[in-house]
Amino acid sequence: MGSITLNKVSKSFGEAKVIPSIDLEIVDGEFVVFVGPSGCGKSTLLRLIAGLEDVSGGKIMIDGKDVTDNAPAQRGLAMVFQSYALYPHMSVRNNIAFPLKMAKVDKAAIDQKVTDAARVLNLTDYLERRPSQLSGGQRQRVAIGRAIVREPSAFLFDEPLSNLDAALRGTMRLEITQLHHQLKTTMVYVTHDQVEAMTMADKIVVLNRGNIEQVGSPLDLYSRPRNIFVAGFIGSPKMNLIEDDYARSKGAKTVGIRPEHFTLSRDSGLWSGTVKVAEHLGSDTFLHLDVDGIGHINARCDGEFGARHGDRIFLTPNETKLHRFNEQGLAI
Amino acid sequence: MARVVTRQHKVIATIAAWLVAFLIFFPILYTIITSLKTEPEAIAGFSLIPSGTFENYITVQTRNDYIRPFMNSVILAVGSTILALIIAIPAAWAMAFSPTKRTKDVLMWMLSTKMMPAVAVLVPIYLMFRDFGLLDTHIGLTVMLTLINLPIVVWMLYTYFREIPGEILEAARMDGAGLWQEIVYVLTPMAVPGIASTLLLNIILAWNESFWTIRLTTTTAAPLTAFIASFSSPQGLFWAKLSAASTMAIAPILILGWFSQKQLVRGLTFGAVK
Amino acid sequence: MATQNTRALARFMMAPSVILLLVWMIVPLSMTLWFSFQNYNLLNPGNVSFAGLFNYQYFYSDPAFFQSIWNTLVIVGGVLLITVIGGIGIALLLDQPIFGQGIVRILVISPFFVMPPVAALVWKNMIMHPSYGVFADISRLFGFRPVDWFAQYPLLSIVIIVAWQWLPFATLILLTALQSLDSEQKEAAEMDGASAFSRFIYLTLPHLARAITVVILIQTIFLLGVYAEILVTTNGGPGYASTNLAFLIYRTALLGYDVGGASAGGIIAVILANIVAIFLMRAVGKNLDR
Ligand SMILES: Nc1ncnc2c1ncn2[C@@H]1O[C@H](COP(=O)(O)OP(=O)(O)OP(=O)(O)O)[C@@H](O)[C@H]1O
Ligand SMILES: [Mg+2]
Repeated sequence: MGSITLNKVSKSFGEAKVIPSIDLEIVDGEFVVFVGPSGCGKSTLLRLIAGLEDVSGGKIMIDGKDVTDNAPAQRGLAMVFQSYALYPHMSVRNNIAFPLKMAKVDKAAIDQKVTDAARVLNLTDYLERRPSQLSGGQRQRVAIGRAIVREPSAFLFDEPLSNLDAALRGTMRLEITQLHHQLKTTMVYVTHDQVEAMTMADKIVVLNRGNIEQVGSPLDLYSRPRNIFVAGFIGSPKMNLIEDDYARSKGAKTVGIRPEHFTLSRDSGLWSGTVKVAEHLGSDTFLHLDVDGIGHINARCDGEFGARHGDRIFLTPNETKLHRFNEQGLAI
Repeated sequence: MARVVTRQHKVIATIAAWLVAFLIFFPILYTIITSLKTEPEAIAGFSLIPSGTFENYITVQTRNDYIRPFMNSVILAVGSTILALIIAIPAAWAMAFSPTKRTKDVLMWMLSTKMMPAVAVLVPIYLMFRDFGLLDTHIGLTVMLTLINLPIVVWMLYTYFREIPGEILEAARMDGAGLWQEIVYVLTPMAVPGIASTLLLNIILAWNESFWTIRLTTTTAAPLTAFIASFSSPQGLFWAKLSAASTMAIAPILILGWFSQKQLVRGLTFGAVK
Repeated sequence: MATQNTRALARFMMAPSVILLLVWMIVPLSMTLWFSFQNYNLLNPGNVSFAGLFNYQYFYSDPAFFQSIWNTLVIVGGVLLITVIGGIGIALLLDQPIFGQGIVRILVISPFFVMPPVAALVWKNMIMHPSYGVFADISRLFGFRPVDWFAQYPLLSIVIIVAWQWLPFATLILLTALQSLDSEQKEAAEMDGASAFSRFIYLTLPHLARAITVVILIQTIFLLGVYAEILVTTNGGPGYASTNLAFLIYRTALLGYDVGGASAGGIIAVILANIVAIFLMRAVGKNLDR
C-alpha cells in the first residue's frame, strides 16, 4: 500500500541541474533513508516525491499509479518538516485534526483518531496547548501526529530531528523506529546524520550531487561500499583511505581500512606511529595516530587499551577486511 | 558605587526625557486645555487650568454640524482602507509566496508611483473629477485615497507575509488543503496581525490626507481635514471652539496611532527599518 | 502541474493592483504632459491651442517660480536639518533607561498623528499668534515685544510647524534603529575603553546611517509636497514669501485657472521628485536583497 517508484526523475532550477536522473524503487513498508552531504539534493528529491516541486523530467509512481502530475494532497503522503511547520494559531488538537478536517471526516471520527494519536505519542496532556507552549520534542511529536492521523500510504521526513539536542534526538530516533514497527507504513527519511541512517534504515540511499551512489541495507553499505564516496561517507569515525606504496602493494589505487580493523600492540606490528589524540569513550577508545610513512590514521581499540598522547604504538591492518578501490574510485 | 551612578543617570535621563516629551506634546495638550476653557478665558493669557466647560464641544456640533465631516472622515478612511486591502492582499500574497524574478521590480515600481507629487496631477484629476461628476462625492474620494495608499498597503502586507514560513503553507498543502482552504484556515489567521496593523496605519494615513481631501470636496463629502481647513479664514475670537473641533478631529486617530506606533516604522519605511 | 498553476494564479492575483496603479500613473501624468504644451485656461475653455514650450518659458520667467523653488528647498532642507539632528538627540535620550518610557514614547510620537490642517491652526492661533499665542505670552513675560511670526518670518514659521510634525517620525525610526544595535557590541566597545563620544562616532552613527538615509528620503518626498500647512497659515504670503512649488501650482491651476501653466509646473515637480525617488529606491531596494 505504499510502494514508490522513481523513473528517470530529474530536476533543474533554472540552469542548475540539481538532480540529473534518478531511478529508485521503494518497497511497501520499507524504512528508506536518504543520506548525503549538504546540498546534494535530498530535500529536493523528497519534495519531488511529495509533489511540492514539479519534476523536470521522468515519472513518479505510487502503488503503480502515475502521480507525476498530481497535487500533493492527492498523493496520499504525509510529510514531517524540519521546522515542524505546525500551525501556530491552532491548538495541538486542531493541528492534528487539520488534515482530517480537510478530508471532511466527520467530527466523531476525528475526535477518536486525534485521541488515539495523542495516546500513541504521549500528547494527551497537551492537546489544548498552542505549539509555542511545547518543547522541541513535543512539537516534533505533534508534527508526527498530524502525519499519522491521515493514515498515509507513506511518511516523508525531512531532517525531522536536526533541531533537537543530542539526547532528545536519541529518544525520538527510537520512537520513530518503534512507530514504524507499529504502523508498518513506508517511511522515507532524509538526514545528513549517518548515525540516524545506520540505526533506522531498512534501506539507505546514498546521494551525492543529485546522483545515487549506492542503495542497500546499512550493513551492506558498511561492509561493501561500492565506491570511495560511500566508503568515506558511511561509518564513524571515517574509514581510513590510504594511497601510495601500500595501496599499490595490494594492487589498488586506494585502500580503505575501517578504524576497528587494526590489531594494536605495544611492542610489534606492521606499522608504528605516535598517538596524537586519544578519545576515551569508556567502552572504546578512538585513537588519532600519526603513522610513520603513511600519515594520519583513525583507529578504534578496546577501552582497556590505555593509550595516551605521545605514546608509541604498533598496528597491523586486518588484511581480510581491506577495501580496495581502482583509479575511478570504484571498489575492486 | 556603580549602582548609584546608574540610578543617578536614570533619574537625570528621565527628567530630560519627560521635559522633551512635554515640549513636543505641548501644542496638543494646550489645544485640549483650551477646548475646555470659555472663550474669554481662551484669550486671557497663558493658563494651564481651564474652567472645565464642555460648552465648546456642544457648540461646535450645533453650529457647525461637526458630525457630518466626522462621519465623512470615517467613511473615507475606513472605506478606502478596506478597498485597498481587498485589492492588495492577493497581490502581496502572490508576491510573498510565489515570487518570480520580476517580483522585486514590480514592488519597486509600485513604490515609485507613491513618489509622484500630487500637484503634478492636480489639474487632470480635478478636470476628470469635474467631468465625471465625482467632485465632492464619497466614491470619488474613496477611490482616490485607495489609489494613493495602495502601494504602501501592498508593501506592508508583503513584508508581513514574507515572514510566514513557506513550510507551513506546504504542510497545509500536504494535509490536503486546497488553495481556498489554505487561505482561510492557515494564511489568514497567521496574517491577521499583519493585516490589522496595515489596516490601522492606512486608516491613519487616509484620515490625515490633506491635499486631495481639501481640493476635491466642498461640503457633502468633506472630511475633517477640509472642515478644519475652512477655519483658516478670519475667525474672530472663538478659539476655544476651534480647539474643541481640533481635539475631536485628532483624538480618534491619536489613540489609534498610539496602538500602532510599532508597526508604523516598518510600514512607513517600506520595511527598510524594523 | 501544481506549482505552475500557482504561478498563473499569482499573476492573476497581482493583476488588479498592477493594472490600477499603472492606469493611475500613466493616465493623469500623460494628461499633465499634454496640457503643459497647450494654451488652456479654464475661464476660456473653448479656446485651446498648441503652445509649444510657452508654458515652460512663462513659468520659468515668472519670478515667483524661482522664489517658490527656493522656498521649497528651504522647507525641505530646514525641516530635514531640524528633524534629523533633533531626532538623533531625542532617540539617544529615549534609548537610555528611563522611568515611564512607554508614556514618553507616546507623547513624543503624537504630533505625527495630527492632521496637517489642525497642526497648522493650532500653531497659528495657540502658539504663534502675535497677541494671544503662547510665544507672545512668553515674550511679554520677559519684557519683549511679541513677534508677528507669520508676517515677519513666514517661511521659518512654516518650517517650524512642519518640523514639529515630522520630528516624531524621525525620532521613532532612529530609535528603532538604535534599539537594534547589538548591546554586546556596545559592551565590547566599552571594554575596549572607547569613550561615550567615540562610541557614538564610530559605532552608533554608522549603525544609524541607513536609518538616517531612509528618514531623509521619505521625508523629502512628503516635504516637497507641503500644502495644507501653507494654505491654513499664510496662504503663500505675504506676496510669494511662503509659496512653495506645490502651492504655486495650486494657485496657478485653481486660482489662476491656467491649466497649461500649472501642468508645466507639475512636470517640473515630477522631475524634482524623481531625482529624490531614484535615491530612495536604491536604499529600499538594497534591503530587498538581504
Ligand atoms: N528553489 C530552489 N531554487 C534554486 N535552487 C535550489 C532550490 N532549492 C534547492 N536548490 C538547490 O538545489 C541543491 C539541492 O538542495 P537540497 O535542499 O535538496 O539539498 P539537501 O541535500 O537537502 O541539503 P541539506 O542537507 O543542506 O538540507 C542545492 O544546491 C540548492 O542550492
Ligand atoms: Mg535539506
